[in-house]
Amino acid sequence: MHSEKILFAFFILLALTLNFGFFVGDMSNPNHHNVFELFAAVVVSLIATIMKFGDKSHVGTMLLASSLVADLQLIAACIVWAVAVHGFSQPLSEHALASIVSLSGGALLANIVSVLLLALETTIHRR
Amino acid sequence: MQQIPFLIMRRMRTPLIVLICAYAIAVLGFVLIPGQDDQGQPWRMSFFHAFYFVSYMGSTIGFGEIPYPFTGGQRLWTLVTIYTTVIAWLYAIGTLISLMQTPLFRSAVTRNSFVRRVKKIREPFYLVCGYGDTGHALVSALAELDKQCVVVDLSSDRLDELELEELPKYMPALQGDASESDVLLDAGLASAFCHGVIAITRDDQVNLKIAIASKLLNKDVRVFCWAESHDTGANMASFGTEHIIYPYDTFANYLSNAISLPSNYLLHQWLTAPRGTLLTEPVFPPRGNWILCGYGRFGKAVYQKLIEQGLSVTVIAEDHSECQPPANSVEGRGTEESTLNEANIRDAVGIIAGTDHDVNNLSIILTAKVLNPGIFTIGRQEYATNNLVFSAANLDIVTNHSKLISSEVLALINTPLTNDFLLMSRHQSDDWSRDIVARLLGCVDDENPSAWVITIRPKRTSAISQAMENGQEVQVNHIIRSPNHRKKKLPCVPLLLARAGEKILLPDPATVLQPYDRILFAGNPEAKRSTDAIGTSPDLLHYMLTGENRARGEVWNWFAKSMKSKS
Repeated sequence: MHSEKILFAFFILLALTLNFGFFVGDMSNPNHHNVFELFAAVVVSLIATIMKFGDKSHVGTMLLASSLVADLQLIAACIVWAVAVHGFSQPLSEHALASIVSLSGGALLANIVSVLLLALETTIHRR
Repeated sequence: MQQIPFLIMRRMRTPLIVLICAYAIAVLGFVLIPGQDDQGQPWRMSFFHAFYFVSYMGSTIGFGEIPYPFTGGQRLWTLVTIYTTVIAWLYAIGTLISLMQTPLFRSAVTRNSFVRRVKKIREPFYLVCGYGDTGHALVSALAELDKQCVVVDLSSDRLDELELEELPKYMPALQGDASESDVLLDAGLASAFCHGVIAITRDDQVNLKIAIASKLLNKDVRVFCWAESHDTGANMASFGTEHIIYPYDTFANYLSNAISLPSNYLLHQWLTAPRGTLLTEPVFPPRGNWILCGYGRFGKAVYQKLIEQGLSVTVIAEDHSECQPPANSVEGRGTEESTLNEANIRDAVGIIAGTDHDVNNLSIILTAKVLNPGIFTIGRQEYATNNLVFSAANLDIVTNHSKLISSEVLALINTPLTNDFLLMSRHQSDDWSRDIVARLLGCVDDENPSAWVITIRPKRTSAISQAMENGQEVQVNHIIRSPNHRKKKLPCVPLLLARAGEKILLPDPATVLQPYDRILFAGNPEAKRSTDAIGTSPDLLHYMLTGENRARGEVWNWFAKSMKSKS
């Protein structure tokens, strides 16, 4: 049992599940995509990234990279949302929502890679 | 070291996570807590507004409550979040600052910038290990010659001195243990531009380690080593260290030279002195009874040489059982009248104060002068800080390790031929040396003559090489004449001509030069400029060879040709 490893695996998985929860549903139906879920996904993804800071192992750097990709995609999704609603002072359009959801879909892919890498690392270091 | 970013990231993990959590909780709170708009209708903040508000509140800028005045619940939450975000920020910034102040981080940063500077060097450089008095003298002399050095020393105090020194060149310096090979590598040992490693620390073992590491990690590098004991020196020589310098032996050799070949000694001093020093006067140590104070390694080396010269020497030494001086030596320090009298100071012609203590040596010399005013005095000086008192004491010869070693190394680096010349000249009679001294005296004003080498190579002396290819005969004579008037000789003397397998002392002016000849000159520094110019300028060389000024440019060439064809 290694508390740091547990915590990290927890955050990586949570980032994936939250991301997935936001992503599933009809692309352009606002009722299927909860803003709170996106917020939680961003925060958890950021925390997971920082937990991999300063890891010099090869898998560690790969994890950091995939995490950074997820962050980038999710933050881009948030920016699109903010610009679409507050920048133009209009209610959320279907078009904007579709691009937000597809961006989060990209983040989902990066998160899946993270989890796969994590699983790979645990199998390699199994004793 | 590439550790620094990792170090920062690792240490910043917790503060950053705390900061993100504080922000996330604050933003979430503002989104969840119900508020009122200006019409009194229930209103909820969006994530966008909440993040905007927390951003300026957390950084304590504070633009007020927007877009509508807050309700009591919102204000309560604002109070909570102000303190949490400010504390999270302080924690993060505090960690970052304390990280930058840790010695580990700072040394990593300075080392990094040093490594970068060394990598940027794009000219041949010398790696000097040990920045004591010798290192100091050597580095400033090399800087004067526009040569690059990289300095490594254990003590940061001495390196601070280097930084304050106003040298004409910037010399990167690293505080570290030169016996560790990674320190040497960081200092550029493996670089293609590293031409030589000069190991002059006070510790023989460290010098030995440096020599081994240098030879293993860079085969092409020349290694100059200081060795106090012959044992270490032999060890260094066994794996091919090029130049091993024994400080005590070197001085003993100088001294025996000074007594048996005074003119040669003067020549040596002239040719190895740093550029721009005032003309050294010749000294003539008398023959007769000598007194030697101190019988350590220095004293023993000197004693040996004096005996070889056939002089009679009385040794004054402390603690006879330990240093075991020759029979009929006097026990004592030599600083008191009684010991000096016991050693027959009144009949002695010279005294050598050779203890390892500067003040004692001065005291010996002063006492000896009182007892025998006409005595020839030689004093050993260990520390450069005593320069003033030693020059005030007005000794006939002062032996200063640092000066001696640095000028020796300098001569090896700057003009390797100088060393060859001096070694060969020692086998000549002193009259031979006196003749050269007289010729050199005619060349210089009030500064020591300087030595330089001209190598006949297409890159260095394009004009001469070109002339040789054209079948013209270039003699030594042709390059030691004034560019203004070729009947006039330049104020310099060709001392040595080195060509494949052969070294000619004082080459005849009519000697015909061959490709890849190296000629050592000594004389006025101004003559160096002229000889360099003759080597590279085809017009000047043409004038030297034929005595006619070559016309420059098409028109003049045509004019000269037509004049020739008419006549």
